[in-house]
Amino acid sequence: MCPQAQFDTVDGLLQVTVDDALWHDLAQQLKDVLHFDQLSCLAGVDWKDSMGVVYYLTNTSTQEMVHVKVATTDRDKPMLHSVSDIWAVANYQEREAYDFFGIIFIGHPDMRRFFLRNDWVGYPLRKDYDTNPELNPIRLDDEQNEDYTCTYVEDENGKVTKVDGKVFEDDEYVVNVGPQHPSTHGVLRYRVSLDGEMVKKVDVVSGYIHRGIEKMCESLTYPQTLLYTERMDYMAAHINRHCLCMCIEKALGIEVPRRAELIRLMMDELMRLSSHLLSYGCLTMDQGATTAFFYGFRERELIYDIFDRTCGARMSMSYSTIGGVVADVHPDFVKDVRHACDVIEKNLKEYHQLFTGNVIARNRMVGVGILGKEDAINYCITGPSGRASGVHCDVRKTHPYSLYNEFDFDEVIRTEGDSMARYMVRMDEMVQSIKILRQACDKFEQCEGNEYVADKVPKMIKLPAGHWYQQVEASRGAFGVYLESDGDPKPFQKPYRLHFQSPCFNLIGVVDLTCRDNMIADLITITASIDYVIPDIDR
Amino acid sequence: MEVKKPKIKSMRYEDFKDNEYIDSLVEQLNASGVNVVVGKLDQLLNWSRSNSLWPFCFGTSCCAIEFMCLGAARYDMARFGAEVARNSPRQADYIMCQGTITYRMAPVLKRLYEQMAEPKYVIACGACTVSGGPFKNSYCVVKGIDEIIPVDVYLPGCPPRPEAMFYALMQLQRKIKVTKFLGGANRKEKRMEYVPEDK
Repeated sequence: MCPQAQFDTVDGLLQVTVDDALWHDLAQQLKDVLHFDQLSCLAGVDWKDSMGVVYYLTNTSTQEMVHVKVATTDRDKPMLHSVSDIWAVANYQEREAYDFFGIIFIGHPDMRRFFLRNDWVGYPLRKDYDTNPELNPIRLDDEQNEDYTCTYVEDENGKVTKVDGKVFEDDEYVVNVGPQHPSTHGVLRYRVSLDGEMVKKVDVVSGYIHRGIEKMCESLTYPQTLLYTERMDYMAAHINRHCLCMCIEKALGIEVPRRAELIRLMMDELMRLSSHLLSYGCLTMDQGATTAFFYGFRERELIYDIFDRTCGARMSMSYSTIGGVVADVHPDFVKDVRHACDVIEKNLKEYHQLFTGNVIARNRMVGVGILGKEDAINYCITGPSGRASGVHCDVRKTHPYSLYNEFDFDEVIRTEGDSMARYMVRMDEMVQSIKILRQACDKFEQCEGNEYVADKVPKMIKLPAGHWYQQVEASRGAFGVYLESDGDPKPFQKPYRLHFQSPCFNLIGVVDLTCRDNMIADLITITASIDYVIPDIDR
Repeated sequence: MEVKKPKIKSMRYEDFKDNEYIDSLVEQLNASGVNVVVGKLDQLLNWSRSNSLWPFCFGTSCCAIEFMCLGAARYDMARFGAEVARNSPRQADYIMCQGTITYRMAPVLKRLYEQMAEPKYVIACGACTVSGGPFKNSYCVVKGIDEIIPVDVYLPGCPPRPEAMFYALMQLQRKIKVTKFLGGANRKEKRMEYVPEDK
């Protein structure tokens, strides 16, 4: 297809290294001919002599993956070709790469910063970033609205020119929502253009909780980086940590004991239950059903108790570690899990009685905020929101990890793609999680040995040079970790680049699409049903 | 009139270990002396104020989930008269800052604090707000919200347990009980500070 490209196999996946000039055509062919229709991960990397982007592509019908590396050696004004016209998810992802590395994407419709203030000096994830606090002090003056945007256009001769554009037209009526707003579930800001009560366009302004986790990880050892995974999507703390542990284990070639793997899996499913219960509580409260919120939280306390007894903390448990888990489970663990399963299963009926059949709830959710299957794939929407649009995207089924292929459970798929479907997928997934937990309890009791951590884990973790990518099914979608190591022989090796591909970052990409031509009041229900966690977006 | 150490129902005074701060406030009050009538009225006002503290919903990350647990049935903030979480700073008595404050959020937090009506209090909830916590080395995290706004109670933990949040709340109640309301707490901010110079 592209004879100039270089092909290797890294980490069990085909790696294509291609020149930037050929990249856009190759990308188009990869999508049209080979049907790599989903851009799963886009990670910018600074290789010191060059700078570029690693793209992970997925074919959603065969679940094959391939990754493409595109780089440029120009450090002063690095430019690559945008693929946002091919995969829509690249729109925000490329803005992230621009924000962190200063890579300009030619042909990108909206080349603005995403996480940092527009008056920020420098590009923080570059290796030569100047950390001098005088360059970027705490600015207490109010930030100016970004009304202007720009696009870089290339003509036939290869000359790139900057074309200015506007985010909103002068005669548009723009309403500001957030960053301090009860129903944005944190600190996210929308600028909504309205026509009467109908939404015409939503401009997402993010970064109010951008904490620079990826940069901080580059100055910590591997076991130290684990703690940040729990503070991104705190409602998928165990799952995210599991993912990074698996990625490091894959790089080291460590095999985790079966008992540890079972414990991790049960913790993951408990976390998913807790997350979906919270999502139920928040969604109902956003629509005014305050009572339902208390029901959801009542059951969450049961799960918190299990975490509390085994891990010693209710949130941010720090339980998984490289090679297994930190400590063995509490003696009553299995009993508690079975009890929690029984209680939640019984009470799920109550939830449906309380909210699902409610006339107001149905009127506000059925047929509102429809996301089609093609759009969901194009915007890389995974997790419950993707499955509500009919995409087969459960990583537990598509790329089975841990022990999931031993378990009998169904992938919940709906085809409506509206707010109601997204809500119902979560409710049905809880039933599946309970099913998995019950099977896991049986397997756990039969499991021989009491080894909870692999004994071959080295004290100093040193990875060989290379890069790895690992995906798991977090509570809100596919969570990916891109880990690159330079094989540094010094005792305390640090990751060269650690990129977290968070599901919520993709979820806000469809807010504009789903809210358009709906009422402003529906913006609340749609975003609540999409169910994102802001620190996971901003990292 | 002598001001006594404040009493909190169902928690003994000895249970609070480190209270030099409250003690110093009591000493300060006793040193300045107060009229019996004004003092009694002050105590009545402070008693009512300390038992109806309305929090401002300001959650940026993990701590906000624990705060929601605080509002739910098991922990039930309503026992302390603090269940009316307000979404507008105008209606709130104190701001419990839950979660990391980044450089981008800093001016917003400052503005929200300024919008709150006097007397207003701040609880720095969680390690991030106390000192930057695990994100201290980041390029865009404020290392403790006391760099931006004054803090009354520091509450460490990542995230703090709901019990710890109650401790912070009770500590704030105690502080309110030993302040001079009339002519004191409600006149903290100087009026001239916000008038632009050219006017």
